[in-house]
Amino acid sequence: MEIFDLTIHELHEKLQAKELSSVEATRAMLARIEAVDDKVNAYITVTPEQALAEAEAADKRIAAGDIATLTGIPVGLKDIFITKGIRTTCGSKILSNFIPPYDGTAVARLKERGAVIVGKLNQDEFAMGSSNESSYFGPVKNPWNLECTPGGSSGGSAAAIAARTATATLGTDTGGSIRQPASHCSCVGLKPTYGRVSRYGVIAYASSLDQVGPLTRDVTDAAIMLGAVAGYDQMDSTSVNTPVPDYVAGLGAGVKGLKIGLPSQYFIEGLDPDVKRAMDEAIALYKSLGAEIREVSLPHTEYAVATYYIIATAEASSNLARYDGVRFGHRTEDARGLAQMYAKSRAEGFGSEVKRRIMLGTYALSSGYYDAYYLKAQKVRTLIQQDFLNAFQEVDVLLTPIAPTPPFKIGEKLADPLQMYLSDIFTIPVNLAGTCGLSIPAGFSAAGLPIGLQLIGKPFDEQTILSTAYSFERETQWHQKTAPL
Amino acid sequence: MKYQVVIGLEVHTQLTTNTKIFCGCSTRFGAEPNSQTCPVCLGFPGALPVLNKKVVEYAIRAGLATNCSITKRNVFARKNYFYPDLPKGYQISQFDLPICQHGHLDIDIEGETRRIGITRIHMEEDAGKLVHADIPGVDDSCVDLNRACTPLLEIVSEPDMRSPDEAIAYLKKLHQIVMYLGICDGNLEEGSFRCDANVSLMPVGSSTFGTRAELKNINSFKFIKQAIEYEMERQAEILDEGGRIIQETRLFDPNTGTTRSMRGKEEAHDYRYFPDPDLVPIIISDEWIEEARGTLPELPEAKRARFMTDLALPEYDAEVLVASRELAQYFEDTFTLFPQAKTVSNWVMGEVTRALNDDGRSISDCPVTPALLADLLKLMEKGTISGKIAKTVFDEMYKSGKAPEKIVEEKGLVQVSDTGAIEAMIDEVLEKNPGQVAEYRGGKETLFGFFVGQVMRASKGKANPALVNEMLLKKLNG
Ligand SMILES: [Zn+2]
Repeated sequence: MEIFDLTIHELHEKLQAKELSSVEATRAMLARIEAVDDKVNAYITVTPEQALAEAEAADKRIAAGDIATLTGIPVGLKDIFITKGIRTTCGSKILSNFIPPYDGTAVARLKERGAVIVGKLNQDEFAMGSSNESSYFGPVKNPWNLECTPGGSSGGSAAAIAARTATATLGTDTGGSIRQPASHCSCVGLKPTYGRVSRYGVIAYASSLDQVGPLTRDVTDAAIMLGAVAGYDQMDSTSVNTPVPDYVAGLGAGVKGLKIGLPSQYFIEGLDPDVKRAMDEAIALYKSLGAEIREVSLPHTEYAVATYYIIATAEASSNLARYDGVRFGHRTEDARGLAQMYAKSRAEGFGSEVKRRIMLGTYALSSGYYDAYYLKAQKVRTLIQQDFLNAFQEVDVLLTPIAPTPPFKIGEKLADPLQMYLSDIFTIPVNLAGTCGLSIPAGFSAAGLPIGLQLIGKPFDEQTILSTAYSFERETQWHQKTAPL
Repeated sequence: MKYQVVIGLEVHTQLTTNTKIFCGCSTRFGAEPNSQTCPVCLGFPGALPVLNKKVVEYAIRAGLATNCSITKRNVFARKNYFYPDLPKGYQISQFDLPICQHGHLDIDIEGETRRIGITRIHMEEDAGKLVHADIPGVDDSCVDLNRACTPLLEIVSEPDMRSPDEAIAYLKKLHQIVMYLGICDGNLEEGSFRCDANVSLMPVGSSTFGTRAELKNINSFKFIKQAIEYEMERQAEILDEGGRIIQETRLFDPNTGTTRSMRGKEEAHDYRYFPDPDLVPIIISDEWIEEARGTLPELPEAKRARFMTDLALPEYDAEVLVASRELAQYFEDTFTLFPQAKTVSNWVMGEVTRALNDDGRSISDCPVTPALLADLLKLMEKGTISGKIAKTVFDEMYKSGKAPEKIVEEKGLVQVSDTGAIEAMIDEVLEKNPGQVAEYRGGKETLFGFFVGQVMRASKGKANPALVNEMLLKKLNG
């Protein structure tokens, strides 16, 4: 097994036993990036000098006996994370020259633990997309089939795991942006409860929905990464002050007697047969492990996509107003006067999907439309939250598909944004409800493309979905399969 | 036609918190441009606002002092518009749930009390400033974001004022209150207390308001009056000619005393307010409100009443003394040590104020402290020095900061009450002026003052005036 194939916990053991140094592990990872990233395009920026300096520092810490689980581990960050001194583009031309003066909280927490940051990962522009095709830096290819998209918006973060070009990565999930690409790339992706991880230093798309989470090789790594970044942060007013459990210690809880709910609205006609089969197999497996399976109802599911596209775009239209060419980022070279500077800088700097969403959101907030759209959407959001709370009166976790289909071809849905939006139908409600959800590899389609399974937990009960996923992973071993790169 | 003016005022008060409303940067005025900034107030990607609780506390104080009800559940909203001094492309403000509502202030106009409604008080962040580059050949604007994200309270009145004088009375009262509360430094020139006026006309006797114009950029009490009066004339002229008033924002020009249209640009805005998802609602408990109530100082109105009833001061004195919290405090501190209210009041309004005005100092920098002033008044009361000498001593105290006893001793200013010495001086004066003595005794009693003056001069002002009077009278009348 190559160094770049190791999980966090495997690599950690070797670092601790001094069988390997962080510098060696980092060099191996940088070489792997060098070897395959041309094909995958998962990275926007690779930072070899910084990474090797951090690896050396990690080795010193390890030599001094000061080792945390993440010390010396090469990780990649979605380019939405603000990194001090490292260009942070958010997949956009408008930030293509932006070098931030500070580190965000999640990044700082990884650094404190001695993680080595090897680079910044490709994504849909401003996290707006489900296929990674809206990136200014070109689409990311799915390592399982280079003609397919890796999903989005954290496509680079998922593809890097599948391509073995990072041991673990961080992504963000606003409507499925961690879970859907994790599913398409056969890795574990966790979207924590809103407020679990600080958003400070994460470029905002839709502030009331955005949440930071890990993408990893296996469930144990997801638990390690979540434990490192979770917890209250006074820099983020929406972060919640509740204790962070030892997620790794709780993984072995098992599923005996666990009540698993199947929302009837998620097992619809038109579900891809391969996806359907994978779900049926997973349900049968959980039954055999002693879980109790029940059907539940989330009656407002059909309004989720529409609700999401009003709330998310409304917030985005305001969040993206700061890209005006005045203080940072792209400024047009050809403007007379202020109004033109704004208009041209933004017209040149933003891609078409971003413009589409800014316009949608601006419209939804406009006077005369606010009540009919934004306010109505907020009311529906409350009903969707209520759906989940009601379901969680009956069951402990929900099991659903992540996406209606396996990964689709690059370009396939570009012409039809609505079709693209609908591909997030099973992930969006979790963001609207503000609770946690996870994607775990659950098999492959006839064409050999990955299929993911979603486990949705009660608010702040990441522990239960992690242990439920861990039981599944131990039995299935889907995560051991590697992409044919 | 005769018109009635209708005025409503929107006041922005900059709060005197040490740090900004949503970040830890300093709010100090006049620092090097952009030196008091951070990712949050620069609107950098990924930065998030965190509310400074002190601002809420100040807002509650302002609300309680203006008879408002305090909103329990407070929400911050984003006001979206583009301008280079607004880093995020939106201002964090409050929209449909302001922290204070339904208040009022009573003002006195020509002996009558008028109640002016306060619609709302809300918390918000200030914008930065545009500065024009002083580089030859370059007409670029520069942005200074030191002021961005400093806390403001916007205090909005009902359209309840019916004359420029009422508007000024309301503003002065509000100014006095925020200064008393210690939440605003009240500096109009530096923009810590800014006022916009909504002005409209309606025919006398009508109750339907006309279309209003919003006047901006008025940074002194004097200009408020000028701006409103100009606007009244302008609107009356249009109405008289059968024209229509356009609802618009107009900029006051202090150089010409006129207002000019900003061409409706402001009105074209749709601010697309919505609740700021980066901030959680602030719930204000009854305990918090009571705690804030406990920190309220005695407000000018109550103080003035107390000065009149408990200290028996005339209304005029009470009014002057409560003009600022510091002046009232100075008076009260002196009064505690020398409990003769009217005497203290005379001195504070007289010598103290005159001296301060002469060299432009504020009462808190007065070299003659209340303790020193009380010592001086005691010397006068004991008869150690005369009132006239006391003024000389005061001037010396103001210059040197020395204690009055010391000055009196050093300069030998102790009042002469030795009857023998005074008698000798009187004899000398009478001897030197036999003509006047004869005239006086012949019935010209107005000459008495002349003799007093001569004796006082002979004593270099130190003779006890009461004794001089008494003894002179005896001598002259034989
Ligand atoms: Zn700041």
